[in-house]
Amino acid sequence: MLNKYPMWKNLLVLLIVLLGFVYAIPNLYPDDEAVQVNSEFGLITEADLERATTALEAAQLDFFGADIDDNGLLLRFSSVEEQLRGKTALEEAFGQNYIIALNLAPTTPNWLQAIGAGKMNLGLDLQGGVHFLMEVDMASAVERRMRDNLSNIRTILREERIRSRGLTLNTSTHLQARFASASERSEARSALVTNFPDLQFQNNEQGDFFILDLRLPEEAIVQIQRDTLAANRTTLLNRVDALGVSEPTVQQQGADRIVVELPGVQDPAQAIRILQRIATLEFHLEAGLGASSLSYEVFDYLGQQISVDNDVILQGDRISNVRSSLDQNGLPQVQISLDAQGGNQMNRVTRDNVGRLMDILLIETKSRNVESFDESGNPVEQVEFYEEKRLISHARINSALGRQFVITGLSTREANDLSLLISSGSLAAPMTIVEQSVIGPSMGQDNLNKGLLGVQVAAFAVILFMIGYYRIFGLAANLALVMNILLIFAIMSSIIPATLTLPGIVGIVLTVGMAVDANVLIFTRVREEIADGSPPQRAIDSGYDRAFTTILDANLTTFLVAMVLFAIGSGPVKGFAITLMIGIITSVFTAVVGTRALVNIIYGGRNVKQLSIGGVSTLPSEH
Amino acid sequence: MTKMNFNFMGYRRITALVSSVFVLISVISLFTRGLDLGLDFTSGTSVRLSFAQSVNINDINLKLSAAGYEDAVVVSFGSDRDIRVILGVDESIEQGDQASQAVEVGERIAALMQRDNQSEVELLGSDYVSAKVGSELAEQGGLGMLVALAIITVYIAIRFQFKFSVGAVVALGHDLVITLGIFSLTGMEFNLNTLAAMLAIIGYSLNDTIVVSDRIRENFRRMRKGSPLEMVNASLNQTFSRTIVTSFTTLLVLFSILFVGGDSTEGFAIALIIGVLIGTYSSIYVASNVILLMNVTREDLMLPIKEDPELDDIP
Repeated sequence: MLNKYPMWKNLLVLLIVLLGFVYAIPNLYPDDEAVQVNSEFGLITEADLERATTALEAAQLDFFGADIDDNGLLLRFSSVEEQLRGKTALEEAFGQNYIIALNLAPTTPNWLQAIGAGKMNLGLDLQGGVHFLMEVDMASAVERRMRDNLSNIRTILREERIRSRGLTLNTSTHLQARFASASERSEARSALVTNFPDLQFQNNEQGDFFILDLRLPEEAIVQIQRDTLAANRTTLLNRVDALGVSEPTVQQQGADRIVVELPGVQDPAQAIRILQRIATLEFHLEAGLGASSLSYEVFDYLGQQISVDNDVILQGDRISNVRSSLDQNGLPQVQISLDAQGGNQMNRVTRDNVGRLMDILLIETKSRNVESFDESGNPVEQVEFYEEKRLISHARINSALGRQFVITGLSTREANDLSLLISSGSLAAPMTIVEQSVIGPSMGQDNLNKGLLGVQVAAFAVILFMIGYYRIFGLAANLALVMNILLIFAIMSSIIPATLTLPGIVGIVLTVGMAVDANVLIFTRVREEIADGSPPQRAIDSGYDRAFTTILDANLTTFLVAMVLFAIGSGPVKGFAITLMIGIITSVFTAVVGTRALVNIIYGGRNVKQLSIGGVSTLPSEH
Repeated sequence: MTKMNFNFMGYRRITALVSSVFVLISVISLFTRGLDLGLDFTSGTSVRLSFAQSVNINDINLKLSAAGYEDAVVVSFGSDRDIRVILGVDESIEQGDQASQAVEVGERIAALMQRDNQSEVELLGSDYVSAKVGSELAEQGGLGMLVALAIITVYIAIRFQFKFSVGAVVALGHDLVITLGIFSLTGMEFNLNTLAAMLAIIGYSLNDTIVVSDRIRENFRRMRKGSPLEMVNASLNQTFSRTIVTSFTTLLVLFSILFVGGDSTEGFAIALIIGVLIGTYSSIYVASNVILLMNVTREDLMLPIKEDPELDDIP
């Protein structure tokens, strides 16, 4: 009974502590103020790097570490003032086709980055910024798709010359077609089945009618929701990019929500405007000859000057679907589907204007920085928003158009570009902001300071108590506690990249309080063993041994609860569950294996008369 | 160490009565008064302002109602210079619009305060919170608790015995109901932070109960003599010092959060302090009491199942 860990076990503990230390280190390196340059078209080149250095040298700015990587061109500055002036200088040098954004660049040494060690992300509540929770209207996305299917079915039936006795959308996922005879129905079924692989077909009879039920199965609904969410997320990402925010988050939450977090954005009202509408489409007629110059605007289209009438035929939000495809002759085309109201509007205008040209305008809201002067004459930088209109299509109306029409006469590339442009101008499904919060930077800093102070005070109080109550054993428990916090930080910053929020800090603090429980259990057992007359070495061994079942049972049950919360919860509930699970694993390891290693080093392998564990005077003693 | 020998279970009738009365009062209060739900569960806009000098809440209330915000609720947080203005849901405006207008509302109120106030007013932030998200999280939390209870019942029934499952679940319910009852009776705000605290209380309460149950199981298997009551008493005495020390360190931490952690974590700390105090009491009296009520016997615990030998041999 010598209480010695085999060498490999000691080495293992040492290795884990070292790994924890290494992976927690990046949090000690403060970030550099930086400016990031990206091109709106394609990649950043060496020429851009040269342009940037020349501009910054001309402005006599202190910059360093200019580098091109996957995220664009990054330039570091020695202070915030230099960074802001650098941004202005770069904006002048690069012009409108580049995105110049303020950024924070990590200073973590390369070798740490190479092994995947990184900093813990701070949540918005700790660094300030704007948080939006947007909800995608999934019901309308599904219904839109079914309405689309309905009109396509009608077209196909007409083309195939199959007469239906009514085609209705019964619920948002259930279409019904009625036929007078079974043969018509089977004809319809075979004509439709290849075109609509997503739908489930079912024959039914009702009175004299032969019914064909078409239902959207659950998998298809899920798929539509997934696609819709992805499409909306992409659109939002594009919009956020236009804001020039460094490290924005656009993340899916649950089945129908998207979280947008913009750290450090100064003007949330502008951000909302940009997120809610950035690109819209308008359909116009070309201005007639001899029209008053007040009634049209001139746009450039492939080098031609086109006069576009001011009256809007249709807004982009009436578009339900766009895609580029090939027509029956193999020529590229763009197919556009409108909703019912849009179809009526389109039909009304186009039937009287066959032969005229129709134009599609893409209207984008963009931002640029302008410098103005305040009352005392100091230059202030302000973000100004402006609309940019582009003519993206100019095509002849060959016949009265309805809910579905095609634009032809394009090259394959033009057709692809046009369908992309149109879809970026219309969201896949409408979104509403369900939650938004603005946290001022001072409040964020305040939260962070108070949270960290809480951790320090709590850890200090517990450490003091443990030493006072359990002496040398308390010291071992305290080292284990520090090791535990280190491991939690290491895991949260590098292994499972988690975002540290205020509730997260509280979770860590709580772990500090509860992590010592395992040691309290062990030490109480050791004291009991001593009181029962066991010699010190034996007391240590059986104390650890007998407390272990209890520790295992208690932590396993709590871990089960955390797993349930993780599986069921979302957002903050999930975050809490993750912190809890990490805390349980690290605290059991440090409190059981870690302190045992320490205690073995202190007391193991020699003849010990008395244990310094407080509360009991260990026997036998010669005095 | 002087061996403790306190007749805990001698008071079990009176504590059972006290617990039942508290649970009853809590349930009645939860049904009649309900909880004072925070914005997370009621929807609305909240604006946080910081003044350079201390302000009088009544003045601010008057100013707000003069400007047309009659329903605004003003509360101070942190210090007498920081206030929070809470505006309920405006039925006439669509939810999405209200959310996007929260920023403007914040700026308007800040400007209003600044107009006839000598000292500087800083807009710390403004939020729009939808009850939809909050109630979904509460639903998840509630469902999570139920599923967790079911899994715990099974786990404890396998590792211990079904009577211990009942004891743990009753103790857990006891802690949660009384904590919620105290929130209901005192009218303290129940928000997402307090919901998270409830989830943490589950973990804490269980931990405490399992430790005591573990000792009871061990004593039943080791001690040849003694009635169940004596053995439960012995177990409670043996674990008492651990129960107190762990509660003490946890409370040390919670009071640190309460005093230095700032306004944002206050609700969380208060809820947990209440939970830990009740949890400590219930781990001594509630779970053991239930086990005794169900006539636990030595036979119940004589290796009820063949235990996985590997599970006990992990170092």
